[in-house]
Amino acid sequence: MNAWITSVLMLAGALFMFLAAVGILRLPDLFTRMQATTKAGTLGIGCMLLGVAANFGTLSVTTRAVLVILFFFLTAPVAAHMIARASYFVGLPLYHGTVLDELRGRYDPQTHVLESPAGPAVEEGPREPEPGETEES
Amino acid sequence: MTASGEAVLSVVLQLAPALLIAGILVSFVRLVRGPSLSDRVVALDLIATLAVGIISAQTVERNDDVFLSLAAAVALTTFLGTVAFARYVEKGRLE
Repeated sequence: MNAWITSVLMLAGALFMFLAAVGILRLPDLFTRMQATTKAGTLGIGCMLLGVAANFGTLSVTTRAVLVILFFFLTAPVAAHMIARASYFVGLPLYHGTVLDELRGRYDPQTHVLESPAGPAVEEGPREPEPGETEES
Repeated sequence: MTASGEAVLSVVLQLAPALLIAGILVSFVRLVRGPSLSDRVVALDLIATLAVGIISAQTVERNDDVFLSLAAAVALTTFLGTVAFARYVEKGRLE
C-alpha cells in the first residue's frame, strides 16, 4: 500500500516540477516566470518529500522530510520576494501585455521606501501615468 | 497487491528522475538565454530544487535515508545563494 502512495506522490511531484521548468522557459517576463517556478516547484518538492516519508514510514525519516518541506515553504516565498523586489528596483521591463502595476510610482527610487497613496488607492484598467509621478524622477 | 505496487514504484522511480532531468535541461536553456541576471538566478534556483527532487527519488530507490540529509543541505545552501544574489542585484555590490 505504501508503494502505491509513494508512486502517486512521486509522479505528481515530478510532473509539477517539470511543469515549473516548462513555465520558466515559456513565460514572457521575469515575474511570471518566478510565479511558475516558486509555486509549482514548491508543490512538486513537497509532494516528492511526502512520497519519501510514505515510503519509509518511520519517525526519523518523516521528521526530516517534513522539516525539509517546512524549510522550502518558508524560504521559497522569501527568496522569490527578494529577487522580485530587487529586479523591480533595477527596472526590469514587464511583459508588454501587463494590465496593472500597483507599485508604479509608489516606490522612492533612492531610498526604496514604499509610500502609501494619499488619495483613492489604485485606478483600474490599463496603465496610465498618474499625476505627480513625472515630477519625482 | 503489494507486488504490483512495488512494480509500479520501480517504474515511477525510473520515470521521475527522467522528468526532473528533462526539467533541468529546459531550465538550463533559460539559464543560458535569460536576458537579465535575475532570470538566471531564478533558473539556478529551480535547477537546485529539481536536484533536491532527484535526491529524494534516489532516497527511495536506494532505500537509504542518509540522502534525505543531503537534500536538506542542498536546500539550505540554495536559499543562501539566492538571497546573496538578490542583494547583489539590488545594490550592485556584495557587502
